[in-house]
Amino acid sequence: MKVKMLSRNPDSYVRETKLDLQRVPRNYDPTLHPFEVPREYVRALNATKLERVFAKPFLASLDGHRDGVSCLAKHPKSLATVLSGACDGEVRIWNLTKRKCIHMIQAHEGFVRGICTRFCGTSFFTVGDDKTVKQWKMDGPSFGEEEEPLHTILGKTVYTGIDHHWKEAVFATCGQQVDIWDEQRSSPICSMTWGFDSISSVKFNPVETFLLGSCASDRNIVLYDMRQATPLKKVILDMRTNTICWNPMEAFIFTAANEDYNLYTFDMRALDTPVMVHMDHVSAVLDVDYSPTGKDFVSASFDKSIRIFPVDKSRSREVYHTKRMQHVICVKWTSDSKYIMCGSDEMNIRLWKANASEKLGVLTSREKAATDYNQRLKEKFQHHPHIKRISRHRHLPKSIYSQIQEQRVMKEARRRKELNRIKHSKPGSVQRVSEKKKRVVAVVK
Amino acid sequence: MSSSRAAESLLALNQQEELEDLPREYPLSTSEDEGDSDGERKHQKLLEAISSLDGKNRRKLAERSEASLKVSEFNASSEGSGEKLVLSDLLEPVKTSSSLAAVKKQLNRVKSKKTVELPLHREEIERIHREVAFNKTSQVLSKWDPVVQKNRQAEQLVFPLSKQQSVFAPIEHVVSGWKARTPLEQEIFNLLHKNKQPVTDPLLTPMEKASLKAMSLEEVKMRRAELQRARALQSYYAARARREKKIKSKKYHKLLKKGKAKQALKEFEKLRKVNPAAALEELEKLEKARMMERMSLKHQNSGKWAKSKAIMAKYDLEARQAMQEQLARNKELMQKIQVASESAEEEGVAEEEGEPFVPDMVNEVQVKASGPNPWMFRNHSSDTKEAEVQGDPEELAEPAAQEAPESEEEGPVVAEEILLKEFEERRSLRQKSGLKQITKPVGSQETKDPSSQGVLSELRALSQKLNRENHQSRKQELSSTRTVLAVQREEPAGEEEEPLLLQRPERARTLDELEELGKEGCFQNKELPRAAVEGQQWERNPSNHLSVPKEKKRKEQMIDLQNLLTTKSPSMKSLAVPTTEELEDEEERDQRQMIKEAFAGDDVIRDFLKEKREAVEASKPKDVDLTLPGWGEWGGVGLKPSAKKRHRFLIKAPEGPPRKDGNLPNVILSEKRNIRAAAHQVRMLPYPFTHHQQFERTIQTPIGSTWNTQRAFQKLTMPKVVTKPGHIIKPIKAEDVGYRSSSRSDLSVVQRNPKRLSIRHKKQLKKNSVD
Repeated sequence: MKVKMLSRNPDSYVRETKLDLQRVPRNYDPTLHPFEVPREYVRALNATKLERVFAKPFLASLDGHRDGVSCLAKHPKSLATVLSGACDGEVRIWNLTKRKCIHMIQAHEGFVRGICTRFCGTSFFTVGDDKTVKQWKMDGPSFGEEEEPLHTILGKTVYTGIDHHWKEAVFATCGQQVDIWDEQRSSPICSMTWGFDSISSVKFNPVETFLLGSCASDRNIVLYDMRQATPLKKVILDMRTNTICWNPMEAFIFTAANEDYNLYTFDMRALDTPVMVHMDHVSAVLDVDYSPTGKDFVSASFDKSIRIFPVDKSRSREVYHTKRMQHVICVKWTSDSKYIMCGSDEMNIRLWKANASEKLGVLTSREKAATDYNQRLKEKFQHHPHIKRISRHRHLPKSIYSQIQEQRVMKEARRRKELNRIKHSKPGSVQRVSEKKKRVVAVVK
Repeated sequence: MSSSRAAESLLALNQQEELEDLPREYPLSTSEDEGDSDGERKHQKLLEAISSLDGKNRRKLAERSEASLKVSEFNASSEGSGEKLVLSDLLEPVKTSSSLAAVKKQLNRVKSKKTVELPLHREEIERIHREVAFNKTSQVLSKWDPVVQKNRQAEQLVFPLSKQQSVFAPIEHVVSGWKARTPLEQEIFNLLHKNKQPVTDPLLTPMEKASLKAMSLEEVKMRRAELQRARALQSYYAARARREKKIKSKKYHKLLKKGKAKQALKEFEKLRKVNPAAALEELEKLEKARMMERMSLKHQNSGKWAKSKAIMAKYDLEARQAMQEQLARNKELMQKIQVASESAEEEGVAEEEGEPFVPDMVNEVQVKASGPNPWMFRNHSSDTKEAEVQGDPEELAEPAAQEAPESEEEGPVVAEEILLKEFEERRSLRQKSGLKQITKPVGSQETKDPSSQGVLSELRALSQKLNRENHQSRKQELSSTRTVLAVQREEPAGEEEEPLLLQRPERARTLDELEELGKEGCFQNKELPRAAVEGQQWERNPSNHLSVPKEKKRKEQMIDLQNLLTTKSPSMKSLAVPTTEELEDEEERDQRQMIKEAFAGDDVIRDFLKEKREAVEASKPKDVDLTLPGWGEWGGVGLKPSAKKRHRFLIKAPEGPPRKDGNLPNVILSEKRNIRAAAHQVRMLPYPFTHHQQFERTIQTPIGSTWNTQRAFQKLTMPKVVTKPGHIIKPIKAEDVGYRSSSRSDLSVVQRNPKRLSIRHKKQLKKNSVD
């Protein structure tokens, strides 16, 4: 009689080395794993709660400036280096990993209005209230050398902003007009004007590098073409735009930070309607910067907070504030899209995580899988009321909170009034204007 | 003004005096009296100047007492008199002279010409410049549209976008960089290098390779000769081709072409005999050429040659012929097989109907029936098989109809095909008798109401179908919904006139049977409202007449068409131009009968009431029976627990709260909603979803690894944006996405455009300096 033994191949259950994961036989029969929706719902709820628990975005504060920080600049090659200019004319270069100031220059008399780095990262430019444009070496003077700019250009009027071309030795300044300078020359190779008003900021398009955008104090945003040396189009908004920022992944999209508490994302080919109106701030928006992935942007506001907006949403996904942070003047998103820096009135530069609850450092593959799964679960159940409520909950300082309430009431009243007006007038005589179109006064060709 | 001028002159005079004082002190050559007279004049002038100082213009005309000293040939001086000479005064006498007539004429001619338009305003020009520049820029930017679109919709984006290509270093480089350290390694290396063992290619050593590469002398010679011959041959051929190409005679070329064609035909014939498969392939090639022609439209009159011919055609008979030939060829090539287009049309009709699931066979069968030339199908090799397959049922249908269909699934399909065939036959008949019909308009055929027509034809089809079934009295399974669809689809086809004459006898028979059927149906429907689950009926009457379920199904379909029927019924009354009264009457009665039968079991109100009753019953709390049979008494088959025991162990359910819709007779308010659960439920359909089912489905699909395999889990939980820590993400570049970036730098363009810039810049500078 032959006896049949139960036998199995050890290959199917024995690990090759001790470090391998245990092989777990699985049975995917759905009857063995019931209640998939409720179980996943609970997991999503827990993930959302944990996200809020671990949401600790504030990383560091870089102090050392002796006046409000007026401008920030990223180093194009080094993630750890940040430059900042202050209202007393001081420029500091910081090392983020050490969280220390590594270099300090008294660059201007009065404000440092603008600062930008050269694309190669060897030098940077500053403009100040003393009507000068100065070029500086990135690494400070060698021993015994005096701290001097590489070049100084003395202008006739005050320059209020500066930006460097992304590929070539050209930079643009703004003030009375937009000037485009060759680095080698002491006079602009081209100046472009349209109307007479002080221009507060000028930005080069990072993708189509010959394009420039500027915003002036007569409430307009003007686009320029450097190659044809001519302005292209002008859009006039309800209120003044403080600065604009181009989307680094979408050549024709830019976002404007406006005084009317909103941000407007435009497609530059169709300026008559903004693509999206981003509202959540309760005071003037002073600065905006895109994440290098082009999916989000961060805005700094006079209401002492910074907010992060997804580009395709009109409401912010995150708001950062601290008790000590005053009016935020400038903000930057670092080039690895992980951190956010903001410079504020009370002389500090703060470093934040771009994703508040993200775990920093190296993750094991299982950790990574877990975070991915949790993220996906949160997305899947994001519309469920409990999860939505928890994920949207933020603590706000009282001033902002009450402002929001107040503005909600105002907005509602306005809406009601409009509805009443429509209701009580001849049908068709009062047109409803969409929120997007309402803010655009005119587009000038 | 004048006073100031006078003051100036005074000053000038004073200076002059001072100057002239000097020579007076040293009288060198000037005589006394000269000086005197000079002084006198000056004095007078001074007086004059002073007198003119008081503001009033009291200029006196100086009298000219003597001939002027300053006579110049260049200009007429009018010294003395304060008056200026005017050119016109001088010209006055000349005016009359006729020598200036030519000049005058020229002047007039110039005057008669129109003035040149004013150049545009500067702002206007700038605006135009801006607009042009903007258009150009937005054109440049629009190349990013697809990229942006793709990135926005991408499942996953991995940053940085530009990946550093991992460089593959050849193994030699790696090895050369590596040094043997341990004695064992050194030993091995020594062994390897002593024999020049290859590192990469383990098969051949360099020595071996070299020996392989070497050729014997004879071989080299032979090879060279071969090459030479080949080269010579090639050159001969080339020369010949060139010569032939140069021949201008059209006749020659025509003959050549014809010869080639003939040759090709011959070869094809041969091929067909020898190798039919290859011939078929050849044929397919021809078909492809035709298709290409259709696409390219080469043989139309748009070519260079054709144009030249078109000019010549007026005068040259030959050219005209050539053109006609070409046009004929074009037509021939362009001709698409008629049948295909017809079927396309058919499909169009079907789509209008809003029926996406049109059975292909409909078209196919039709093709089979009406296609003028079956050989045309040979070209569509792919279609052929289908056509054959579809053709089969036609022949098979009859026998199949005789036999009872064994499989349940096949039943409806076959029935459907039969139905379709009937339609087809009828249509072909109709087409044949088209003329007859025009002369004999009968009954409702003339009505222009297409929908009622459609209904009629539909009903007719139904009756025929039933008729056939009854005749054969065979088992037919429930026809699939597909049949229904097919029938509905056919409706518009029935819009054309119906050959009613051909159908009447059949229908007369049908009606009787239909009535019977109707009675049966009514009988059943009296028991239960129609909306009550049909399955019950099925259970209850398994041995019922077999065509009844069929009939039921039909009815259901017609109820789908309910709106159609109810709305169109009045128009049916005024249906037609009567040929004979009784015909019409009969027709109408038929219709009414049919409709009545169709809706016999359709009592909506009763349905609703029943539904509500059921809902109320279902929502009531149930009694709980805890009796255990056999406990305390005998149990077994056929034994029931005693009534006393049952009474004892029955827990009566408490009376629930009163229903909210208790007093609302026309409403059912569901009380199933769980408030506790509702707090966790989504109240509104979130944005990207358009239907709640979509949303539910996404929620119901689990993504965790508990329910999915590892691979699927990874795919499902793929993060949308992946960034590498510590890597700088640069803005997107044209090269990243496969576009060529503009080679010219922005700066160079600016500098190449210096004229405008410089002008602008100058203006700017000027403005600045003025400021």
